[in-house]
Amino acid sequence: MTSAPTGPPKATPLRTSSIAAIAALLLCAASLTTAAQAPAHPAQKNLLNRPAPPLHRTALDHRTIDLASLKGRVVLLNFWASWCGPCIKEMPLFDQWPAKYGDTNLAVLGISIDDAPADAFKAATKMHIHYPIAMGDAKLGTTYGGILGVPITYLIDSHGIIRARFEGETDPALIEARIKTLLKP
Amino acid sequence: MRKLFTLLALLIAPALHSQSGTALNIPTDHLIPPAELNTLLAQKPANPPLILQVGSKMMYTQAHIPGAEYTGPNADAIKARVAALSKSAPIILYCGCCPWGRCPNVGPAYATLAALGFTNVKVLYIENDFGTDWAAKGYPVAH
Repeated sequence: MTSAPTGPPKATPLRTSSIAAIAALLLCAASLTTAAQAPAHPAQKNLLNRPAPPLHRTALDHRTIDLASLKGRVVLLNFWASWCGPCIKEMPLFDQWPAKYGDTNLAVLGISIDDAPADAFKAATKMHIHYPIAMGDAKLGTTYGGILGVPITYLIDSHGIIRARFEGETDPALIEARIKTLLKP
Repeated sequence: MRKLFTLLALLIAPALHSQSGTALNIPTDHLIPPAELNTLLAQKPANPPLILQVGSKMMYTQAHIPGAEYTGPNADAIKARVAALSKSAPIILYCGCCPWGRCPNVGPAYATLAALGFTNVKVLYIENDFGTDWAAKGYPVAH
């Protein structure tokens, strides 16, 4: 049997012993970080430019998450999981942004799709995440247009309108640039 | 030159290590593209495969392939579900949580079944995620 595919089933197997393959691997990894903002899926609910659905939850650290109370701020709402590599990569960056842009201007909220709250709590603690994180469920996922993969990040403007949805491994610079635009008066 | 190779090895080793037990280790001839599975299921075969979702329960509850069962990534749950099956029973695994090379679930699930001796196991090749590569294609989903 062949092994280690890097693409669709009929793709050429990766030859890890060759420098060319290693370079290709690195290039591939680099390309993943430049994924553009994903359009809404036809089979999923398009929430762009619509009011963000209500979100009221108790965070893993017992803080209250109430999206309605955050009007006046831009909100980054991130769906993630403890076993999701791209999520773990971007979350520490998200954690820095409220301090960078002012926590009265920008709020970050996390929703975990982990099956076990303990897994989410452990991962968030390990990453030293300060923003509130709550557990998600299917109802919330459906309300938010279908969370059928992670990470998915929404940007909600200061009026509570969803202005962007980033799906999959995304260059954080793209997200940050959009935040800067939303923060402009 | 030796220093260059040492540096290269240090840079590459973590990347190669991270592939162990991941989707990248699944043999290519044991992958099935979404379009092919969709066609297969539409034909309503007499001996339909057992389809197991080995990823997130939240994702499964929102939308899953019709007929698929949820085991999650837990090896014991997977073993329990297949315990009574013939080793040649057709089984299809899928997750779709993350881009293919980043999925932590399908590789170990495939390895679990391979270690048990199952010979007719395919894994749904989901390039990006279940939303993009199945739901958004218009393939059927159940809730």
